[in-house]
Amino acid sequence: MSAGTSGAERWNRAWRFGDAVNTDDILPGKYAPLMVGEDVFHRYAFAHLRPEFAEQVRPGDLLVGGRNWGLGSSREYAPQALKLLGVGAIVARSFARIHFRNLLNLGIPAITAPELVDALEDGDEVRLELADERLLRRTRDGGEQALPLPPVPDFLREVLQEGSVLAFYRRHGRFPGEDRPSPADPAG
Amino acid sequence: MSAPARAPGAPAAGRWPSTLPEAPGVELAGLTLAERILSVKAGRRVRAGEVAVVPVDQVMMVDSIAPSALSIVEDELGGVIQHPERVSVVIDHVAPASNVQVATTQKRLRAVARDKGLRLFDVGRGICHQVLMEEGLARPGWVVVGSDSHSTTYGAVTAFGTGMGATDIALAMVAGRTWLKVPETVRVRLSGERRSGVAAKDVALEIVRRLTADGATYASIEILGAGGFGPGERMTLANLAVEAGAKVGLVAPDDALRERYEVAPWLVVDEDADVSREVEIDLGEVGPVVSVPFQVDNVHPVGEHLGVHVDQVFVGTCTNGRLEDLHDVVRVLAGRPVADGTRLLVIPASSRVLQDALADGTVAALVAAGASVGVPGCGPCMGRHMGVLAPGEVCVSTSNRNFMGRMGSPDAEIYLASPAVAAASAAAGVLAMPEEAVGA
Repeated sequence: MSAGTSGAERWNRAWRFGDAVNTDDILPGKYAPLMVGEDVFHRYAFAHLRPEFAEQVRPGDLLVGGRNWGLGSSREYAPQALKLLGVGAIVARSFARIHFRNLLNLGIPAITAPELVDALEDGDEVRLELADERLLRRTRDGGEQALPLPPVPDFLREVLQEGSVLAFYRRHGRFPGEDRPSPADPAG
Repeated sequence: MSAPARAPGAPAAGRWPSTLPEAPGVELAGLTLAERILSVKAGRRVRAGEVAVVPVDQVMMVDSIAPSALSIVEDELGGVIQHPERVSVVIDHVAPASNVQVATTQKRLRAVARDKGLRLFDVGRGICHQVLMEEGLARPGWVVVGSDSHSTTYGAVTAFGTGMGATDIALAMVAGRTWLKVPETVRVRLSGERRSGVAAKDVALEIVRRLTADGATYASIEILGAGGFGPGERMTLANLAVEAGAKVGLVAPDDALRERYEVAPWLVVDEDADVSREVEIDLGEVGPVVSVPFQVDNVHPVGEHLGVHVDQVFVGTCTNGRLEDLHDVVRVLAGRPVADGTRLLVIPASSRVLQDALADGTVAALVAAGASVGVPGCGPCMGRHMGVLAPGEVCVSTSNRNFMGRMGSPDAEIYLASPAVAAASAAAGVLAMPEEAVGA
């Protein structure tokens, strides 16, 4: 289903979720790396909400969420689990703040696009073409539908070009958007 | 040994001094509390929507995140922490260790903290947010980033406290600064008087209900009119700001705050500042509420859920594990034992809370009623140890999240409530209204 076609182009699966998917849904706290080990925790992604997910997800797959994706904990190992499973991107109506930063830091594209959410169904075959700012969706007759991605803010573009905020900082010695020497430190 | 009823955030004597400049150095007229703090820190006037890079006054990390944050520091950022004296490590999420793997991780963490010169609060000292407040490691106008989403709690003393993940925490330690999108502000104005039996928790949940779980996403919640709320109650208000999606929950500075902290004169509410939304809450209209599974903003009057059988009552956490919360429990129990078929688990938020509760007889009263009193820390809040729930069980908890599977089995249910409602439910064995709140 998600393994790609006979041609050179690879198709991925869209996994559709509802509103308010929280970080305990993405990775329950009791399966934190601290509890079960750095090497296996990702196998518990969506263990309660969608137990078949971790077994069936394939690298490059797209998660489609509703409002407030990723609310709750600051646990970076929740998106880290998705990264280890190879999740290609997440499209949602909106993202919770801390989780959004974590996705950005791990280099998982987090795309706020309600119109894409409306257009996608669970099990759709899709291909994300970030450089061309579009998402391809395979139609039932085997054709392709091109869905435009919303424009990426400059700040995010700067980060994604380097891969992550960490990579950006390592390369430039400053944060994205920090266009001046380090500010004086009032805390002294 | 220790004076009872010591307010969190109070030094042994006098006030916590300010480390901020008296004069802001930038024009602050028309700016919200969040904009004021970030402008002064950035050294330029910044408004909502801009990205500011600011020095960080305190970095806090807990045992479940610190190992990965420190690995990132070591493996990817060169290993040098700019201001180790501004970094606190708190072992609270799984404390004491629950298995050999956790114990091994914590052993390594202690060694790294010692090696790097970080401040370590070990097993039993308490929950990160409570401990930092008690130690004066969050002060008015400070920027405090914590590896825990409830770092909004520091907003109780008008500190810009916000939660971040391991990578951001690692970067903050190495760079000594962090990037923040300056938040829009949602102003919550409290007015009127609370009725008898109505707790800060009820008001905090009412704020979440009004705003909804994503109503303040990325925003600063600026809370005005909290004059009638004590230091711990303000922590409860700020703590739950994140449950409306907020980046920070800033309780407005007032004379009560200035009694405990030196507050820079520019750190004041500007009524003319641009806010994206203003919500008024008449405290006289707020009654005891519960947050019904599985969403925090699913808030309803306790009266609508009376009689639900309760297997476990959990009093504790960064939301409601302070001395006054334990006092509420003892007062509402009023000498009654915990009901047959119900367990009452009480976990003080810190060793100081525990000492004070021992000194004034609170712990003895709880144990006499049949409660289990645990080691200060997070307890079963996130389902890792010390009181996880079995399938089909119902817990009334004074914590802050009732997500599916949060405290153990995904087939268990969590009702969030105030300590008073929790105590009434422990005595009745079913979800119950405290007598003092009947009619509230």
